[in-house]
Amino acid sequence: MSSVPLSVYLVLALILFCIGLYGALTKRNAVIVLISIELMLNAVNINLVAFAKFGINPNITGQIFALFTITVAAAEAAVGLAILIALYRNRKTVNVDEMNILKR
Amino acid sequence: MNGELILFFVLALVAIGSGVLMLNLTKVVHMVIALVFTFLSIAGLYIMLSAEFLAFVQILIYSGAITIIMLFGIMLTRHDDRAEKKVSLPKSIIVLSGIAVFFVIMFLQINDLSFGEQAAELHVDNAEKIGIELYSKYIIPFELTSVLLLVALVGAIVLAKRDDEKEAEDNE
Repeated sequence: MSSVPLSVYLVLALILFCIGLYGALTKRNAVIVLISIELMLNAVNINLVAFAKFGINPNITGQIFALFTITVAAAEAAVGLAILIALYRNRKTVNVDEMNILKR
Repeated sequence: MNGELILFFVLALVAIGSGVLMLNLTKVVHMVIALVFTFLSIAGLYIMLSAEFLAFVQILIYSGAITIIMLFGIMLTRHDDRAEKKVSLPKSIIVLSGIAVFFVIMFLQINDLSFGEQAAELHVDNAEKIGIELYSKYIIPFELTSVLLLVALVGAIVLAKRDDEKEAEDNE
């Protein structure tokens, strides 16, 4: 039997999610914003794996869902960086508050 | 206070400490390096939660691939960039208070959540169980994932490819 209860894992995931949310909302470099989003997805994965072990009717499904999340996150990172590089080539900036061409 | 609890607290401390360090460092490359430690300690947490296969996937994909691709992104854009201009104080206060409200609400809900039972045998033949489940129940999402990865691959190449004719026009 494990001695670490479920709620401790959930609180750790919540703290990591809040760190990622703060980074995504306040950082100006777009690469750092992407990294913060990855951190938030990781927090969600911790929750999924914790519920796979400790939840009502525990089984392996939570780990499968975490695998799908990791795959989608990897695809998102690749496409996001490609968009960023294309944008950098045109505007010579990676700061999110200077990406305002949709406004005009 | 047994060994498992001590291990959990060490891993959690490394994860949260590297996350906070990531927010406070000035150089972009250092931020990415700090994040590697967060990913590695999350992999350790997966092993504690009896998900060994997922821990290896985490180390391979996150602390390997995603970190390298982020470093590529930094090097291909402005790599000597420092977080020069601080965020304005009112904005950060608004964001921080919003996140604090979110944290308190969620914390009150999950504080002493417990379902009483836990799976004891998830770590026995973990990869085999995941494979059987994936190929029996979740075969359609699995195949759709391959389509998604192909689309992301093609899309990333098309987006990042240098547009030669247009560039030549711009340079003239």
